[in-house]
Amino acid sequence: MTGVLNCDPNIEQPDDFYESLIRLHDGLTDEQSRDVNARLILILANHVGDRRVLDEAFRLAREGVE
Amino acid sequence: MLKTYKYPEFHYSRSEDQDAAPPAHHPVLIVGGGMVGLTMALELRLKGVPAIVLEQGETVSDGSRSICQAKRTLEIWDRQGAAAPMIEKGITWNIGRVRHQGNELYSFDLLPEQGHKIPAFVNLQQYWVEEYLIQRLSALGGEIRWRNKVMGVEPHGDGVTIEVDTPDGPYRLSCDYLIAADGARSQMRREMDLAFTGQVFNDKFLITDIEMKADFPSERWFWFDPEFNPGQSALLHRQADNVWRLDFQIGADADNEEEMKHENVIPRVKAMLGEETPFELEWISVYTFQCRRLEKFRHGSVFFIGDAAHQVSPFGARGGNGGVQDADNLGWKLDLVMRGLAPESLLGTYDEERIFAADENILNSTRSTDFLTPKTPVSRAFRDAVLSLAQDCPFARSLVNSGRLSVPATLSHSSLNTPDEEAFEGQMTPGAPAADAPLRHDGREGWLLDHLGGGFKGVFFGPRGAIPHHLDVGGVRIDILCVGDGGIEDVQGWIARRYDGRPGSFYLLRPDQHVAGRWRRFDEEKVKSALSRAVGKAS
Repeated sequence: MTGVLNCDPNIEQPDDFYESLIRLHDGLTDEQSRDVNARLILILANHVGDRRVLDEAFRLAREGVE
Repeated sequence: MLKTYKYPEFHYSRSEDQDAAPPAHHPVLIVGGGMVGLTMALELRLKGVPAIVLEQGETVSDGSRSICQAKRTLEIWDRQGAAAPMIEKGITWNIGRVRHQGNELYSFDLLPEQGHKIPAFVNLQQYWVEEYLIQRLSALGGEIRWRNKVMGVEPHGDGVTIEVDTPDGPYRLSCDYLIAADGARSQMRREMDLAFTGQVFNDKFLITDIEMKADFPSERWFWFDPEFNPGQSALLHRQADNVWRLDFQIGADADNEEEMKHENVIPRVKAMLGEETPFELEWISVYTFQCRRLEKFRHGSVFFIGDAAHQVSPFGARGGNGGVQDADNLGWKLDLVMRGLAPESLLGTYDEERIFAADENILNSTRSTDFLTPKTPVSRAFRDAVLSLAQDCPFARSLVNSGRLSVPATLSHSSLNTPDEEAFEGQMTPGAPAADAPLRHDGREGWLLDHLGGGFKGVFFGPRGAIPHHLDVGGVRIDILCVGDGGIEDVQGWIARRYDGRPGSFYLLRPDQHVAGRWRRFDEEKVKSALSRAVGKAS
């Protein structure tokens, strides 16, 4: 896990954050949830901006599901 | 019947109150002799407040139930003189391990620092806990009336009258204050028609205690999606007498009767522990969970404590532990009000402080339950993503929630606190429960918490004799300890570190060992004013 991607805890009160993330989807259909997640990724990726960070995140995310 | 435990039998005996024409009057009655009611009785007994426990049963807890006794709970029982045999008998543990499928995701140490008398957790079956509390209460001359079942309750202007059923028939009692400690299915709550609202969870959990002589370490092991319980969770805890608690998530659609049959439980246990491990079943139960509370815990002269007031899921061990802290909070307040040393309004702060704490416990246990039993496909996807990242990514470990284990609430916003005027480092903010630390006093090794509590205490960082040994504020006494020459020796420096104690610093601590206020210099007027505030005379 060497590189430019920060995998250490970086969000204060992680349980609070996680609850908000789950609540974000309250009342949505599965399809709407999928759309919200896609929009969320785009918004956050733009905020990060740094392609090296994003590429590492892409790799890490995909590694875990194959 | 359990193989490893013989239930003590306590006998009903007729009280002369049962022959009284107008109902006999007692200052305080406690309904329910479980771990919380007994803690309440001990606290009042030690303060000299006469109280009687009315218990409908004639023995201790049916089953091991609340097994994880947290540090703060044990500190309270230690102050009451009841903890030593529990710690001796129970299983001390600090380490937890969280596993996902075949892998360990991470482990944690709940007490990473040295310098505490009491460990993070001691696992001990609730029946043992209650037996030791009863022994201690009896040694102090406390009274428990067995097979006294409260049937009716009539609050009136200056007290409460109740009707109690016994093997000899009903009788009536009156009291100034009634404390309802009669558990999750509280009869008192029903009698007073109080709403008990919150969230109900549908997932079922099979809990079984087994007796087994195995070399597993004394640790908390938690599994997400293990091979032996696919798609569900499981938990393993060691208790006293080679008894182990196994907890299997079995889903919302499980059939309780079927699941509890020995022929169905045994294969589950074998799948978990291996075919070769010999064990005997001791106790089996199927649970669902609720997170809910009363809107108010105080109703005039009636106080609800423990599960009668609030209920949480068991992940985090916040039920019994939260209840014991209710008793700790209410005890000193009742004492001061009943002795005329504090205004009646102090009792209202029981509601303020313990509802805050209950909400914290409910929030934590609700979040844990939501993580363990995701309700929607998207929440399950996020949960599974967290688990799949947790082995490699430290950030994901911080999101894995198998129970946020009971820690006492820091009552930061309590109206009894005096806010800081100067900066302090560390955790000992106004409202925080006092941290322990090793010390030497009169040439003997000891612990800070052994010197705190019972009454109001001051802790001064400086030589003995520099400030008064005690203060009296309207009849309430503050005994002052000095950490410095001629007083307490901070042998390893933990007191100064944990309290950010510098020369001249002064802490005021409540009888329940919570911080009421602190200053960088001792100022008698400020301390007296903080004391007045801490007993409910807001200034």
